[in-house]
Amino acid sequence: MAYEPQTSHAPAAAHGHHEPSFFHKYLWSTDHKIIGFQYMFTGMALAMIGAFMAYVFRMQLAFPGASVPGYGVVSPANYNALITNHGSIMIFWVAMPVLLAGFGNFLIPLMVGADDMVFPRINRLSYQIFLLSALVLVSSLFVKNGGFGGAWTAYPPLSANQTYNLTPLGSSLWVLAVALEFVAFLLGGINFIVTSMNSRAQGMKAFDVPIVVWMIVIASILFMASVGPLIAGAVMLLFDQLLGTSFYNPGRGGDPILWQHLFWFFGHPEVYVVLLPAMGIVAEIMTVFSRKKLFAYKTVIYTLIATGVLSFFVWAHHQFVAGIDPRMANVFTVTTVLISIPIAEMCFVYIATLYGGSITLSTPMLWALAFMAEFLIGGVTGIYLGASGLDIFFHDTYFVVAHFHYTFFPIAVIAVFAGITFWFPKMFGRYMSDGWGKVHFWGTIIPFNAIFIPLFILGAAGEHRRIFDYHSFPHLATPGLQALRIMATVSLLVMLAFQPVFLINFVNGIFRGKKADKNPWKSNTLEWTTESPPPHGNWAEMPVVYRGPYEYSVPGRAEDYWPQNEKA
Amino acid sequence: MLGNLARASSFAGHMDGLFWLITIIVGVWFIAAEAMFFWLIFRFRARPGVAAQYVTGKEPHLKRWINWPHTLILICDVVIIVAAINVWVEVKQSLPPADLTVKVMSQQWTWTFTDPGPDGKIDTADDVRTTDELHLITGKSYHFILESKDVLHSFFVPAFRLKQDAIPGRTYTGWFKPTVPGTYDILCAEICGMGHGVMGAKLVVEDPAAHAAWLGQHARDAALTAMNTAPPDTAAAAASAPH
Amino acid sequence: MSTARTIATTRSAMGIPTGRLAVWWVLVSEIVIFGGILVSYVMHRLGHPEWAAEAAHTNTAAGATNTFVLLTSSLSAVLGHKAAESGDGPKAARMLYFTCLGGLTFLTIKAFEWTHEIREGFTLQAGGFWSYYYAAAGLHAFHVLCGCIIMLVVAASAKKNENLHRVENIGIYWHFVDIVWIFLFPLLYIAK
Repeated sequence: MAYEPQTSHAPAAAHGHHEPSFFHKYLWSTDHKIIGFQYMFTGMALAMIGAFMAYVFRMQLAFPGASVPGYGVVSPANYNALITNHGSIMIFWVAMPVLLAGFGNFLIPLMVGADDMVFPRINRLSYQIFLLSALVLVSSLFVKNGGFGGAWTAYPPLSANQTYNLTPLGSSLWVLAVALEFVAFLLGGINFIVTSMNSRAQGMKAFDVPIVVWMIVIASILFMASVGPLIAGAVMLLFDQLLGTSFYNPGRGGDPILWQHLFWFFGHPEVYVVLLPAMGIVAEIMTVFSRKKLFAYKTVIYTLIATGVLSFFVWAHHQFVAGIDPRMANVFTVTTVLISIPIAEMCFVYIATLYGGSITLSTPMLWALAFMAEFLIGGVTGIYLGASGLDIFFHDTYFVVAHFHYTFFPIAVIAVFAGITFWFPKMFGRYMSDGWGKVHFWGTIIPFNAIFIPLFILGAAGEHRRIFDYHSFPHLATPGLQALRIMATVSLLVMLAFQPVFLINFVNGIFRGKKADKNPWKSNTLEWTTESPPPHGNWAEMPVVYRGPYEYSVPGRAEDYWPQNEKA
Repeated sequence: MLGNLARASSFAGHMDGLFWLITIIVGVWFIAAEAMFFWLIFRFRARPGVAAQYVTGKEPHLKRWINWPHTLILICDVVIIVAAINVWVEVKQSLPPADLTVKVMSQQWTWTFTDPGPDGKIDTADDVRTTDELHLITGKSYHFILESKDVLHSFFVPAFRLKQDAIPGRTYTGWFKPTVPGTYDILCAEICGMGHGVMGAKLVVEDPAAHAAWLGQHARDAALTAMNTAPPDTAAAAASAPH
Repeated sequence: MSTARTIATTRSAMGIPTGRLAVWWVLVSEIVIFGGILVSYVMHRLGHPEWAAEAAHTNTAAGATNTFVLLTSSLSAVLGHKAAESGDGPKAARMLYFTCLGGLTFLTIKAFEWTHEIREGFTLQAGGFWSYYYAAAGLHAFHVLCGCIIMLVVAASAKKNENLHRVENIGIYWHFVDIVWIFLFPLLYIAK
């Protein structure tokens, strides 16, 4: 395990002193930080599209039949395409690129003390394939007959047969976009896993690696191990759509339920693929802003691995009433309810980290704490759905929608804002405004709850999903229930109204924020030991590591933090 | 479940009971966790001159705050699992003997129901087929036979707390027993294309007399159905026979 | 931009060379892709005994020949690795060319096989069995083709005694492609 000489970064010496062009520096770069930004900004752009879709369909739900400002009248086909692409975009083109590839790319080499990823050109290729997938997806919305409207779950026969879905082009482009996205993340994942395993700084043992890196690596492994069958399934779906095969056609020897199994075998681990980086980000922030070690680092790693393994054995809880053998349902209800144990343990360890701390409620810390408080709601409402006997009622109702927004919103929005506000000084060398950050925080969190709590109530009243207008159903078309729908929509409008605060703060910060020094938060991890923003190659002299990442408030020391690379 | 949703089947109450059991167990944990969480934030807020503690997580008096809840959650999980499986077995793994059988056919974007008719036997000449309206007799035990002609649909009766996906190429047999007369919604709970949002039906649960009267109204329909479903030669013979 | 190696690529905290570690992880994801399609096929085959009548029409002789071809090409891949280990780049390249030739022979035999089957009416649309047959074997053939292309790139470097470690890595990938075929062959050609 020989280590290279610690000085002189090879590439800098190799291409002399000429400045790369704008194209090479920002669009054709192999630098992990730039690639991280590319993923992050693309994800943010797609988030705006996904949010716009939510605005449109929620306006339709609150004021059915009315023309939506900025869109027009929403037809039933439009509605189905909007909800389908809202879900698909938010999961595949926002949560994954920002959390896994955005933060993963930016942080991993910096946090393990490397100059870049092990395969920078494959890294660049992964982003390019990802960008292509995003373009394919967006183009699917504008083709003849419109975008695919069979829900992000795309169950055949509806998704396989254009006679049923009436969107031949949109359906195939959607499948192609998803398949390309999968390939992009398989390529990216190789870099995250191999770099974290092999390219650690001298002295950085496995348990000296920051939790967020562990989380991203295990998430990448979960992704790799779970997406394969769905890639096979997606190819099979594309063949059924375009080549007349009959993988999912019951009339010709196929089985629609096969798709469900292939989809959910991936679909369940997938939620942990996005959860883990979010929990990693929250851990880094909570330790810094409570000046405390992570309570039981090793316990977190073990429960993390247990959760990952167990996540492969719960998938059919999405299919309790789908026609699976009812005896199988009992197996899956046991595994699903039991997976609450490692997750609860992780939550308890995080909460325990606050004990004995010295807690500062900075903007990143507010977001990190909000993640815990809100995700807890998502977690406990999952129990209602994992209990097979009760899922008979709750499956495909708004209770499910509320549950997964109480998990996904903390993951894809709260943790992302936490990470961005926390690492912004390192990424861009300047500060965002903390005051406006807090305005944005409250303006997001309070309306968020006001959107989704009504949806729990609507679900418990029997309101089923993916319906553009409830007037056809007398018991759901009551004024009381409609009032809840309007409340949810109005709350969404309020939440959206506060998002420009973030955008302005973000852009303003990049160009005109107060300059930041290396380590504004007095954190221990390696990324804070280099310039803000880090130069190409990250360090002139590669760091050597002497301790774990969470040595805060060590008794007897003058400072309440102890960077990993500081000699004893 | 909540609010005004009727409990109109024999197992609706059991499912609601499971809902409340989970709410109590989970509610206690939820409130305890959030309370502890907010209390810790308040108690250990940064104060000048007060340093944070160096806690490794190995301290026994602190570890028990993780280990005891861990064990208690396991016990709560087992209770929930047992209760859930009980309800599941009752609804999905049992098939009590039926007084009557109805057929439920789903397609883009209509429900077609087949009532056994005055003779009480399904698949006979006097069956009554209706679209988008199903009539059942209070207190009778039913089997329902669920099918789909095209894509996935789902037969959802909130007042019964019943849901089952309909899969093309397969036939599903389930059961229910309506207990409270009234008019209820039947919903399609699996996205099935453009018309998914209008694919509802009306469920009427009524006493035997009212049901017989409704069947009587459809007697002419039943005869027509018999003629149209009979094999071609007997239909021709029936047509040419004196009425 | 720069083609010089990053420091990250040269490190080896696990004691395993980076390239080899990466190839093993690629194989993990590939195993699940092929696993997915093959498990689906097996479950459907068990549920459809009548598919045996369709399967009777696959060309076992062609399949067996292809098995022999792939196994032989794996042998040459191993010999290439040995040559690379001892620093003999040109020999390693020659062995890789031979392996690639095996791959191309495999694809040629398959091309004739499929042309004949399609002429007989056994197309992709001919039913459940044939959907799986062409999809699974086609996915495999795609991997054979990609492997050949990568092998040629590696061989071009190896001939100049550069990047010899890549010979082993493409060899590992090739052995995997071989092993997938070892599963496909009995499932598609022998189970009749």
